[in-house]
Amino acid sequence: MSAPARSDAVTRPGARKALQGIGQARTWLLAYPTIMLAVFFAVPFAIMVATSFFRRDPTAFYQPDFVLSNYARLATPLFVNHLVFSLSLAVMMAAISVCIAFPFTYLLTRMRLRSQTLWLVFLLSVLSLSEVIVAFSWSTLLSRTAGVSNLLVWLGLMSQPVSWSPGFGAVVMGYLYLTLPYTVLMLYPPLSRLDPELTEAAQTMGASPVKAFLSVVVPALRVPIMASLILVFVFTLGVYLIPQILGRPQHWTLSVLITDQAVFQANVPFAAALAVFLMATSLALIALTFILGRRRGRVAA
Amino acid sequence: MTGRALGTLYLAVVAAFLAAPIAVVLGVSLNAERRLFFPPDGLSLRWYGEMVLDAGWRGSIEYSLLIAALAGLVSVSVALPLAYVLWRHRLIYAKVLFALGIAPFMLPPVITALGFMTFWASVDNYGQIENVIIAHGMFLMTLPLMTISLGLESTDRAMVEAAQTMGASEGTIFRTIILPLIRPYIISGYAFVFVLSLNEYIIAYMVAGFTVETLPIKIFNSLRYGYTPIMASVAVLFVLIAVAVFGLFGRYGNLPRLLGRWSPER
Repeated sequence: MSAPARSDAVTRPGARKALQGIGQARTWLLAYPTIMLAVFFAVPFAIMVATSFFRRDPTAFYQPDFVLSNYARLATPLFVNHLVFSLSLAVMMAAISVCIAFPFTYLLTRMRLRSQTLWLVFLLSVLSLSEVIVAFSWSTLLSRTAGVSNLLVWLGLMSQPVSWSPGFGAVVMGYLYLTLPYTVLMLYPPLSRLDPELTEAAQTMGASPVKAFLSVVVPALRVPIMASLILVFVFTLGVYLIPQILGRPQHWTLSVLITDQAVFQANVPFAAALAVFLMATSLALIALTFILGRRRGRVAA
Repeated sequence: MTGRALGTLYLAVVAAFLAAPIAVVLGVSLNAERRLFFPPDGLSLRWYGEMVLDAGWRGSIEYSLLIAALAGLVSVSVALPLAYVLWRHRLIYAKVLFALGIAPFMLPPVITALGFMTFWASVDNYGQIENVIIAHGMFLMTLPLMTISLGLESTDRAMVEAAQTMGASEGTIFRTIILPLIRPYIISGYAFVFVLSLNEYIIAYMVAGFTVETLPIKIFNSLRYGYTPIMASVAVLFVLIAVAVFGLFGRYGNLPRLLGRWSPER
């Protein structure tokens, strides 16, 4: 839309001078972000990838080399077990979160704008909470002395208070607490842009609100739902403290193993190989969401 | 009608789930006794006092605030020129840089943490506070990139073109037109980085965790040695900071729009 106006401007000598100025200004302006991203993003990632091929040296962090043994170790039963656990947990949490968050977000987007803002403040506050605090809060809530079981005893539903943490159930609750607000915020843009006439039309045709929701809203948003499932999956892979505080060692995920290898086992090369694997998996999945989004764009056009 | 009641019930259950841990921690933090107990045995603000008076906890509060404040500056200083050049000139190169700026945030944070750990170890600067500031600034840069781009997109390009025909220089255009219009978006980007940096654990831990004990690291370390009600007070402090910051967004900004809603009125 502005393209013709610009080509007009180029023909005038004063404007050409101004354009040259822009050329210089923009190179100068991008120099600083380029340097920062090169030094503090490209270089650290390159070092990490390089380290994944180094040899472990217990006395000096690592020894430069080119070995594949760090990657070969990914295939040992212990790590395969943790890997399968991490991935299954992530799949499970993505599915649970989207199932709970989708109807919730739908209801949220139908509220008055003021109520929406209040909910969003609440959701952002919960989402920004440190994992340490979430894990600590849930371990308190599920503990024997201060936990919710005391309430159940008081109500007469249980005979004595029990501790539910650490355990798999506690891990799932802790994860859900992190993923739920995240999923809602992922689904908020597509659901708030959904045409309200769509469900109104379905209801005038005699569908109940629940039926209209299931038969009109859900199919219309297939692509954002898929994209959210994938992004929540990747988000879940990054959770680090919940499995350590609310779980037992068998509930440790890939993120925990990476830190454990790097910090406590002093095996940075192996940690780097694990991290490269995690990065490749995540990047492939994120690329998939972009492809999904683009395909939707083509259909719409 | 039953559909509406069902909806309200559903919202209430989600609200209870999200509020329950915060409520218990608030209760525990007001406990007069040292042991972990809920509902509290007698109310007192004792643990809030100890949080501020205890040198260790106060040191962590100061570290965390300093890191968060400076990390926000690092993020905004990189994100602002990048988002601006991308909006103004639509360069492919700027687009690539933009994607690079967003990438770390999309990936599990442990990857960035390990990347920075190997980086700082290679340049022999492991364990310094500036490591955390830069790592947080780069990792969280996505947020000001997103908010500033959103602000620029809602700016009318015709104004820039008008100023240009009247002979305004690039610098003048930026200072007198763009900056005042996108200031709220810059501030929200900064505030997002501030709050998330305050709460970030894994990156801070892996680049300087043994020397720079930020609040989340301090809480986790104390958890290993047992329980102290000060943890609960710190947790409440974090909740209050987040609610205050995002509450200000909600009050003075357009939070639904910032989070991706199209039409402002409903």
